[in-house]
Amino acid sequence: MTEPSIDLRAIWNESGVQAVLDALDAELIGLAPVKKRIREIASLLVVDRVRRDMQLAAGAPSLHMSFTGNPGTGKTTVALRMADLLHKLGYSRTGHLVAVTRDDLVGQYIGHTAPKTKEVLKKAMGGVLFIDEAYYLFRPENERDYGQEAIEILLQVMENQRDDLVVILAGYKDRMETFFRSNPGMSSRIAHHIDFPDYKDDELLAIGELILKDWSYQLSPRAQKVFRDYIERRRAQPHFANARSVRNALDRARLRQAHRLLEGGGHIDKAALQTIEAEDILQSRVLAGVRAVADTKAAS
Amino acid sequence: MMTNTGNRITQGQFSFLPDLTDAQITAQIKYALTNGWAVSIEYTDDPHPRNTYWEMYGNPMFDLKDPAGILMEINECRKTFPNYYVRVMAFSSTRGVESPTMSFIVNRPKNEPGFALTRQEGPGRQIHYTVTSYATAKPEGERYS
Repeated sequence: MTEPSIDLRAIWNESGVQAVLDALDAELIGLAPVKKRIREIASLLVVDRVRRDMQLAAGAPSLHMSFTGNPGTGKTTVALRMADLLHKLGYSRTGHLVAVTRDDLVGQYIGHTAPKTKEVLKKAMGGVLFIDEAYYLFRPENERDYGQEAIEILLQVMENQRDDLVVILAGYKDRMETFFRSNPGMSSRIAHHIDFPDYKDDELLAIGELILKDWSYQLSPRAQKVFRDYIERRRAQPHFANARSVRNALDRARLRQAHRLLEGGGHIDKAALQTIEAEDILQSRVLAGVRAVADTKAAS
Repeated sequence: MMTNTGNRITQGQFSFLPDLTDAQITAQIKYALTNGWAVSIEYTDDPHPRNTYWEMYGNPMFDLKDPAGILMEINECRKTFPNYYVRVMAFSSTRGVESPTMSFIVNRPKNEPGFALTRQEGPGRQIHYTVTSYATAKPEGERYS
């Protein structure tokens, strides 16, 4: 009797994973290492499933993850996709994502934390629990902090109910490293550590254009150049949050465009409604220096 | 015996069936959740048929998507009260319904003595009937142990 051969490709295609990965590629710009890692995890899960079907030893894989990276690098978005992916592969029953922070897990007085954490865990069961800024859970400077209690409950559920719940921790890289160093139990239960790199200027511009496309707007060629400049300068300023900063900047540009259209007499066409001009971006506080130069040029 | 068929009290759904397995309980809860009902867990050691208000084990669980969390809570309640009656209830908050839609027992004491039928002679020799649980003769917490 010959062993039946297995078409891994067919199983892969059948699971609908490719669609999720394709969407990931199309809608998320940059993040090459992250995408590669997710592809690897997806492959592992498909192979694991086949192994299980063949009755080969396949312990329930540990799927808990940690996403580290600066703000606005797409951690939440990827977590959402991850939930979808795990659902398609049959490792998560509902594929929903519950996003929480320290406030949702840790209580304010003795005996408040455990029920609170448990309630969140129960809500997330069958799906993915996304803990943003997870390092806040642990406050070494205050030994009576209730965060430790939340961590203990979390650890217990992460270990005992691996089939029911996938936990994704997210936060800044250096602070997460300190967090894991002081909670070795947490670190050892997390199989996948994924680091999100900062976006390059080109990528941020592409992201901006994608966002505008979603809103049915576009940048005029000159605005494009100005926006590139804006990104460069914005990066140098404090509280730069990658894609989030781009999104906020575009929000404000949209505001100014609307104002400009109304001030300009109000007779417009469809193209004007859709186009963000250079001056809409130039009015930004970030580009104050550039604007001054442009003004003197215009005056002379 | 009329009041204690098979030495098991029969209240709520499925009570004439053998005890539900965890998989069956999960399936029932799943049904409740797909209907958008809030599931809660209650326990008591006074299972008189007219005792509608059992003790709540934690708050009712709203906004849950998956039965695993409720099963976890059921198991914890069973561990805390191994010799109590534990039931799972589903509550529909639909306007106009606003009442429990499901209720079934998931844990029973090992030994269920049942109920005594008491007859009381009233005016004109009219008989009033009432049932009393044999277990409730003992104080709370010591019944069924």
